[in-house]
Amino acid sequence: MMRSSQPLTGTNGRRCKEDEKLINATLRPGKRGYIIDTRSLAVAQQARAKGGGFEQEAHYPQWRRIHKCIERFNILQESLIKLVEACNDQSHNMDRWLSKLEASNWLTHIKEILTAACLAAQCIDREGASVLVHGTEGTDSTLQVTSLAQIILDPRCRTIRGFESLVVREWLQAGHPFQQRCAQSAYSNSKQKWEAPVFLLFLDCVWQILRQFPCSFEFNEQFLLLLLEHAYASQFGTFLGNNESERSKLKLPQKTMSLWSWVNRAEELSKFQNPLFEANSLVIWPSVAPQSLQLWEGVFLRWNRPSKFLDEAQEEMINIIKYN
Amino acid sequence: VENVWLLDRLSSRKAALGTLYLTATHVIFVENGSETRKETWVLHSQISSVEKQATTATGCPLLIRCKNFQVIQLVIPQERDCHDIYISLIRLTRPVKYEELYCFSFNPKLDKEEREQGWKLLDLNEEYNRMGIPNNYWQISDVNRDYRVCDSYPTEVYVPKSATAHIIVGSSKFRSRRRFPALSYYCKDNNASICRSSQPLSGFSARCLEDEQMLQAIRKANPGSDFIYVVDTRPKLNAMANRAAGKGYENEDNYSNIKFQFIGIENIHVMRSSLQKMLEVCELKSPSMSDFLWGLENSGWLKHIKAIMDAGIFIAKAVAEEGVSVLVHCSDGWDRTAQVCSVASLLLDPYYRTMKGFMVLIEKDWVSFGHKFNHRYGNLDGDPKEISPVIDQFIECIWQLMEQFPCAFEFNERFLIHIQHHIYSCQFGNFLCNSQKERRELKIQERTYSLWAHLWKNRADYLNPLYRSDHSQTQRALYPQMAPCNFLYKFWSGMYNRFEKGLHPRQSVTDYLMAVKEETQQLEEELEVLAERLANLQKSQLNDNPVKSKQQERSKPLGLSTSNNSLANTPQEYSNDLKSFPSRSPSQGDEDSALILTQDNLKSSDPDLSANSDQESGVEDLSCRSPSGGGCLPSEDSGKDSDEAIFLA
Repeated sequence: MMRSSQPLTGTNGRRCKEDEKLINATLRPGKRGYIIDTRSLAVAQQARAKGGGFEQEAHYPQWRRIHKCIERFNILQESLIKLVEACNDQSHNMDRWLSKLEASNWLTHIKEILTAACLAAQCIDREGASVLVHGTEGTDSTLQVTSLAQIILDPRCRTIRGFESLVVREWLQAGHPFQQRCAQSAYSNSKQKWEAPVFLLFLDCVWQILRQFPCSFEFNEQFLLLLLEHAYASQFGTFLGNNESERSKLKLPQKTMSLWSWVNRAEELSKFQNPLFEANSLVIWPSVAPQSLQLWEGVFLRWNRPSKFLDEAQEEMINIIKYN
Repeated sequence: VENVWLLDRLSSRKAALGTLYLTATHVIFVENGSETRKETWVLHSQISSVEKQATTATGCPLLIRCKNFQVIQLVIPQERDCHDIYISLIRLTRPVKYEELYCFSFNPKLDKEEREQGWKLLDLNEEYNRMGIPNNYWQISDVNRDYRVCDSYPTEVYVPKSATAHIIVGSSKFRSRRRFPALSYYCKDNNASICRSSQPLSGFSARCLEDEQMLQAIRKANPGSDFIYVVDTRPKLNAMANRAAGKGYENEDNYSNIKFQFIGIENIHVMRSSLQKMLEVCELKSPSMSDFLWGLENSGWLKHIKAIMDAGIFIAKAVAEEGVSVLVHCSDGWDRTAQVCSVASLLLDPYYRTMKGFMVLIEKDWVSFGHKFNHRYGNLDGDPKEISPVIDQFIECIWQLMEQFPCAFEFNERFLIHIQHHIYSCQFGNFLCNSQKERRELKIQERTYSLWAHLWKNRADYLNPLYRSDHSQTQRALYPQMAPCNFLYKFWSGMYNRFEKGLHPRQSVTDYLMAVKEETQQLEEELEVLAERLANLQKSQLNDNPVKSKQQERSKPLGLSTSNNSLANTPQEYSNDLKSFPSRSPSQGDEDSALILTQDNLKSSDPDLSANSDQESGVEDLSCRSPSGGGCLPSEDSGKDSDEAIFLA
């Protein structure tokens, strides 16, 4: 599986032999490849006017292009704000609740992202074909797809260390602009132009899969919450900056501590372990039916309700297993 | 009929060819060829509708919808056969006599004494004793011993000490269907009680001295409070409309020391329609998130569930926090009243959150108090306007509570689902007819078996591993919050999409933990045995008698991770663009499964289905098995292909 940004075909249908050679090199002998474009066909076509575009069939004959539309990042922030508003509405009215949830479109985004990731994984696992994923810049929806696909395919990504590496590889090193995207979150007063809960959506998708396969992940929900919090505000330098270049210029490794070095200490790690985990070597396919996707209460209703009863359940689970 | 296709509802690509059988009690589909010869059994009682659809090139489609939410799509090659089947099913699923029902032929091969014992498992008098009755304030009354006062009430009712037979009889004449105020729940800590009745026949201005005295008697039975709540669970408008028909509600001016309250739960027709709409959403093929959420909201279903829950919370708080007694009624006092009283009791009293307690609760507030099971759930062919998912809603309230309070219940989700299943299945005699009187006339206990005994025998399957009787959640009353953002009402896919296993979490936490606990128990037993041997060895060493140690027979540890449910691990329909993928990945071969735990280990995963494959009617435990993940044999590989096709258009 490869990822990139959009090819600069423009309105003239420019081609680049080197680009073609590069991605063709990943094709398995005698097999086609799939290009998963996270924009709708219409949007991809419009991109040409601004110098961007998509891979033309004539130049990439061995690749089949699929458009799996994932909402652009700027729309996502609106979605989050609406969702959080709905979750804070203390009225007892059930009607408004469901329609507000629906109007936020949050779960629709989850469904879109998971579906695209599952598709990418299916190409690789079921068809044995190479995949190239890109959107526009390759820094948002692209990363959601590639990282979730790996969670589906590769059981190592479901271990704690494996997941940490996945985040480092597919988000930090891949250049997801954390500083722009995670500046303010849902309650910011000013409309931040680059703000978007892209990483939160990714974590939400991981939670959905975790909920469906509760014994397949070495980490628990708390771990995802930890990463979410530190992406927005942290005493560690891990999520600072927009890409490796910036981090290097800011001399972060020298001036700050890494989140991982703290989290991976035994006494901390024990809080994030899933007692139900049983390592398996399988590919896990989540259901993306609406009935299977739920609101992530642990994040969105976190401050609304006492977690006491769920905490007690967690404790009991741990006790049962420890005692055994 | 041969050469019939059974289609998978989610994936039109997956279809099984087989033979369809109609027996006196079941519809049975047996798949052709394959070593396994998969079978789908459906009890006629479970069938709620049969629809003949337009003939296509492949044959005549027949759609069977069941009361337990299973949907079966058949395609019959010949139109004539299809018509015959359709007509037969219409007749078979609309019995006119009780004797046609399965419970009268069901034979679990127990002897007469076991059958009797089964019916004695629960004793309501014991239950009232447990509450602390009879006592200074409450007593048992036999005024209804021949059902002469109220034919839908039980022979034994509990009333305040100061309510004489005269008062009771007088009050009953002033109540719809003569359902006079009687005790549902008594809180011995503070003497507050929950009583239930039907609406008074007050019209615009009628009064009845005895009825007023009855309410006073209830108030006096609680010295700690100088008033009682009267809760009318109907919307105000409906209650007011009833006044024009000579019925209505209690006027605070006429009844001294009452505080009157409307709760606003809709009637059976609204609920029937609500469920219908929700099921339409469930039948959508590949709905978007918006379709689903919008459809769910439009049905109003969760709103109704919440209304019932909120009513229960109000009453529970009135009793436990204010120490005030409550009289609950709706119109006839057998639907909303039953729901609300039983929810409130369960919130108040942890006993009803145990397995036995829950069965007792249903016996008390639903069975004994004359909930019209026959009319509501269609045992016999009757008026479709009487059909309504009243007890389903109650059961769902409990499930919603289980989701929010995971340690509070001794039983698990499967228990609830099986109870719902058997309310409709008529395999057992508990839920027949409309009243205790009718059931006794039919001699149900001598001619049928009790569900409760059956569930109790299999209780290991129904336990909640997180339950501990000494837990904080299990000690006291439960007070769920009321705003939807504080108590998340979820769509119960385990019930309404029960047979679409691909939609559910593929690994069951409950089953996993139960397996761990079972293994722990085995290990503990092993430990005991070993400790004993050690002690013996040490003793004999002291006596200078060498004992040869035998090879200890190791009991195999319970395989905690069973595997091989291909259902768990097949891709869904993720894309409309791709041509079909091969169904198996080159790398995966047959090990196509993630962990789905202990379905293989448990004896019965879904209704009594794993029990046996005896094809005669009247044999134990035949409900339904379906290849489309019909919740029984865990080796059903439904999910696999249902998903596959949907991925690719």
